Amino acid sequence: MKMVLSGNASAAYGSMLARAEVISAYPITPQTKIVEKIADLIASGEFKTEFVKVESEHSAMAAAISASLVGARTFTATSSQGLMLMHEVLHWASASRTPIVMVNINRAVAPPWSVWADQTDSIAQRDTGWMQFYCESCQEVLDTMLLLYKVAEDKDVMMPAMLSEDAFLLSHTSEIVDIPEQEEVDDFLGKFEPEMILDVENPMSFGSLSMPHQYYYEFRYKMAEAMEVAREKILEVEKEFEKRFGRSYGGLLDLYRCDDAEIVLVAAGSMSSTIRVAVDEMRDKGVNIGLARLRVFRPFPVDEFRKLAKNARIVAVLDRSFCFGYEGAFFTEVKSALYDMDVRPLVKGYVLGIGGRDVTLDVIHEVIEDCQKTKETKDEPFKWIGLKGGEE
Amino acid sequence: MGKKYEIEYKDYRDLPLSPIAKGTTLVFKTGGWRTMRPIIDLEKCKKCGICWKYCPDVSILIVDDYPKVDLEYCKGCGICANECPFDAIVMVEEESQ
Repeated sequence: MKMVLSGNASAAYGSMLARAEVISAYPITPQTKIVEKIADLIASGEFKTEFVKVESEHSAMAAAISASLVGARTFTATSSQGLMLMHEVLHWASASRTPIVMVNINRAVAPPWSVWADQTDSIAQRDTGWMQFYCESCQEVLDTMLLLYKVAEDKDVMMPAMLSEDAFLLSHTSEIVDIPEQEEVDDFLGKFEPEMILDVENPMSFGSLSMPHQYYYEFRYKMAEAMEVAREKILEVEKEFEKRFGRSYGGLLDLYRCDDAEIVLVAAGSMSSTIRVAVDEMRDKGVNIGLARLRVFRPFPVDEFRKLAKNARIVAVLDRSFCFGYEGAFFTEVKSALYDMDVRPLVKGYVLGIGGRDVTLDVIHEVIEDCQKTKETKDEPFKWIGLKGGEE
Repeated sequence: MGKKYEIEYKDYRDLPLSPIAKGTTLVFKTGGWRTMRPIIDLEKCKKCGICWKYCPDVSILIVDDYPKVDLEYCKGCGICANECPFDAIVMVEEESQ
């Protein structure tokens, strides 16, 4: 069945198709219409689930962890300040090995107050042990949610996953979305059956103390291992998804016209669509250029970047966030992945779109033009594009 | 936590998925954290049960209709003494061993 859905509604339908059994969420701004749509689907009788309205995002995640520990498939959604408030509990979720799926709408962090697109909120959760996906279309949001449950709940993974959508540009933009049949999704996902659960018949305490000489260190190593397993599972599950539903999104790093590309632009989220148009325009002019869309930030696509960098002369990394005291996070990570290659391309960083500043086709062309000026800009590894007063 | 609940692992591969303790929180006796001990004056007590209701650690037991502090778990937070409408509970310093 085809429907016109926003990115928010796609996430709500994704949770319903996945048959999430418990959904806990804080319903006030910066929450989006995701939970409002879920409430509608529950009210109309279409969606049978336990919807827990809590008093904060911190509690939302705590409730999600508890639900997951009793063996329920769990979903929550949040955004910017809400995700910030969840930060502590995000660590609890991953280290408790609860495969919660969460949608985060990438909104700028205050002050100044802003609800517009900016990826700082999710980048700031990099080290919480959550898988991180960045989507480009409403269809990709719905499909990726199904993929995430399958990967997260795999017995060798058992790690939570976060799906991010740029505020408004994806969350509030409507597209035609193909909704798979419930039976097909049931068959693809199966039931969530964790090996260990909170059970009154077999009492256990989760999250207990571990002394330095005991097993804390080993538990962290097991999480590191699980993330490496997830790297393979994402590709494996995407293949299966494609076989069943006929759609796929390029694994961890989605390559567009990169085969012979000398210049590669790296970006995540909604600006990727604009870059695709810019790439086509430049290709028409004979420039060998491509886009590498960073679809998965954790686990980071190290091998994919190294393979890509073998042919590229220039890699331009576009960050919709900034790590104060250094540079954009994607820029840092891409360079780190390429560091020990014998011959590596010139990697340049661009900061743009912060606080929802429009990333137009002109902005992308400015980046493309700038990144080719390798000689003049050697002492300037990264740049803030479109800064008022920044250019003479 | 008593030794009988500990399992020794030699290899990280044998560890469970996440840190668990086999048993409920009854396994963890937290009375040793206490620096202040609640003393209930049964002459003043009206058996209203407010201390039982407010104790965040389920450490007020009701024995023969009267409240009794479970000193194996009571952390000495003093909420019961603060909430008692009849001032029947006072907090006294634990004596050093």
